[in-house]
Amino acid sequence: MMPGMPIRQERLELVCPAGTPASLRGAVDAGADTIYCGFNDETNARNFPGLNFSRAEMAEGIAYAKARGAKVLVAINTFPRAGSEALWHRAVDDAFAASAHAVILADLGLLAHAAEKHPDRRLHLSVQAAAANADAINFYAEAFGVKRVVLPRILTVQEIAAINRDIDVETEVFIFGGLCVMAEGRCSLSSYATGKSPNMNGVCSPASHVEYREEGGDLVSRLGGFTIHRVEKAAAAPYPTLCKGCFAAGDYRGHVFEDPVSLDAVALIPQLAKAGVRALKIEGRQRSKAYVEAVVRAFRRATEAQAAGLPIPASELSRLTEGQQSTAGAYRKTWR
Amino acid sequence: MDLTIGPLQFNWPAQQWADFYARIADEAPVDRVVLGELVCSKRLPFYADRIPDAIERLERGGKQVVLTSLALVTLPRERRAAAALFEDDAPEVEINDLTLMRWAGKTRPFSIGPLVNVYNEGTLRFLANKGARSICLPPELPFASVAGLAEAARAENVGCEVWAFGRVPLAISGRCYHARVHGLAKDSCQFVCDRDPDGLTVDTLDRQAFLTVNGVQTLSFNCVNLAGDIASLAGAGVSSLRLSPHSGDFVRVTKVFRSVLEGRTDGTGVDVELAALGPPMPFSRGFMFGATGAE
Repeated sequence: MMPGMPIRQERLELVCPAGTPASLRGAVDAGADTIYCGFNDETNARNFPGLNFSRAEMAEGIAYAKARGAKVLVAINTFPRAGSEALWHRAVDDAFAASAHAVILADLGLLAHAAEKHPDRRLHLSVQAAAANADAINFYAEAFGVKRVVLPRILTVQEIAAINRDIDVETEVFIFGGLCVMAEGRCSLSSYATGKSPNMNGVCSPASHVEYREEGGDLVSRLGGFTIHRVEKAAAAPYPTLCKGCFAAGDYRGHVFEDPVSLDAVALIPQLAKAGVRALKIEGRQRSKAYVEAVVRAFRRATEAQAAGLPIPASELSRLTEGQQSTAGAYRKTWR
Repeated sequence: MDLTIGPLQFNWPAQQWADFYARIADEAPVDRVVLGELVCSKRLPFYADRIPDAIERLERGGKQVVLTSLALVTLPRERRAAAALFEDDAPEVEINDLTLMRWAGKTRPFSIGPLVNVYNEGTLRFLANKGARSICLPPELPFASVAGLAEAARAENVGCEVWAFGRVPLAISGRCYHARVHGLAKDSCQFVCDRDPDGLTVDTLDRQAFLTVNGVQTLSFNCVNLAGDIASLAGAGVSSLRLSPHSGDFVRVTKVFRSVLEGRTDGTGVDVELAALGPPMPFSRGFMFGATGAE
């Protein structure tokens, strides 16, 4: 081979969100390898009004994807409520009955149910399980036969590489979209302020508890009665996501937890591939079909470049990120 | 019903740490004491050499001693330390990160702490079958779930504990917020979290006290206090109450709870006394009995 010639490698799998059947079709047509979605109830972690799939829509969506060579993963990644586990068990059974490629689970009891009842089907571990090291991942692989784990957004690229050296299951990492700064599946900030939490209800900082108000010259946004942002009236008030809010702590005044940024790690794709990652995940089941299509197209181009060993095209997606600012998050150690 | 003292969540100087556990050993009317580092592995070297003496004194004082795991295990040295918790003749281990399930049940007895997601009977049964002796439920759970899980725990013959006093852990992160608000990074944090014995208050921009930062951990500002609910908890089958350490006269806090448990004091009338024993923090019981955790 000539020096400097690009080295071809396996293209990273692109795992894309769909909150509606139209988004699913749009993502498939735009070049997604895999789509993840959920049923329209509290079994999935994006339980927003008007979003997600009925049983019939799920079956149709899976058939549409399969006919075009794409796979569908069904996220059943909230923690079943005591006394109501049957609702979650049914979701797993129905997802497999509809020929889902895999289900994405977080709860130990639900994993035990799925492993026992569907021993030949594929289980993925949700980011909500917060398995942040090789020992945790190996526990889930040994106990339930989990085949893939979605890594928490608190790890550096180096740590991801080290994890992949010590495990036999596939890893999937978030590459673009909303950014949790807390270990996912282990955060009850939202239920402290609103009573609704990702773990129990599949929602975080829900719109039902948001209030915008003009006070003096300011525009104030509150969540569950707590002020999350206070900006001059002329400025755009960001959505009051609790961990991206502006607070005061000691002498510090500002974004105590995280700035209103979203994740864009497109530039890190070659390093992530080298670290042994199998799949890249785009956050945003709550986003529009047009958004999903634009992001999928851009990342399809980026992964084609990665596979060809060519430089990754500069991100053209900055206009789509929250608050117009993006970060590579925990993948770079300085974030901590 | 038993009383358990949860692991100290904050970064106290080693001498204060040792004095605290000495007094607990000699004076606190509690059944179990969970100690060790829950929040940040960088804190442990400051007091690790005090732990054996504390264990010995607590056991002499008639307490069962349990060692906690970290809440979030990521670094290689944290994984090694987690595995070492299961070495021979170590005390019982409290698992607060499921990483430790890799080793659990093989050699040493273990229990499940409040930072493990036990939301339903299936999960509780899974952990009981693996050998968990007792389970402290996540503080986020409403009373209806607690009642269902307490019943399942009884059927599995494992203890069922609830978070009954103290600021509630709400989140854990890879990022250190104490370092961040002091303009530092986690790797060069200068241990600034030691300036706040009950955590650093996070106020809203309308000056409403809201949350508490404790290194990589975020807690509520309000303090859970279920002293007035002990009868309903006992009726639901809860077998133990967890009291989480704060500065002030924490031994006296444990005595107040013991007195209510034994029926010598009415639990609905102890708020004023409890409030005087620790740092200023309003009481909440909303996760279990209200619409929001902060209530």
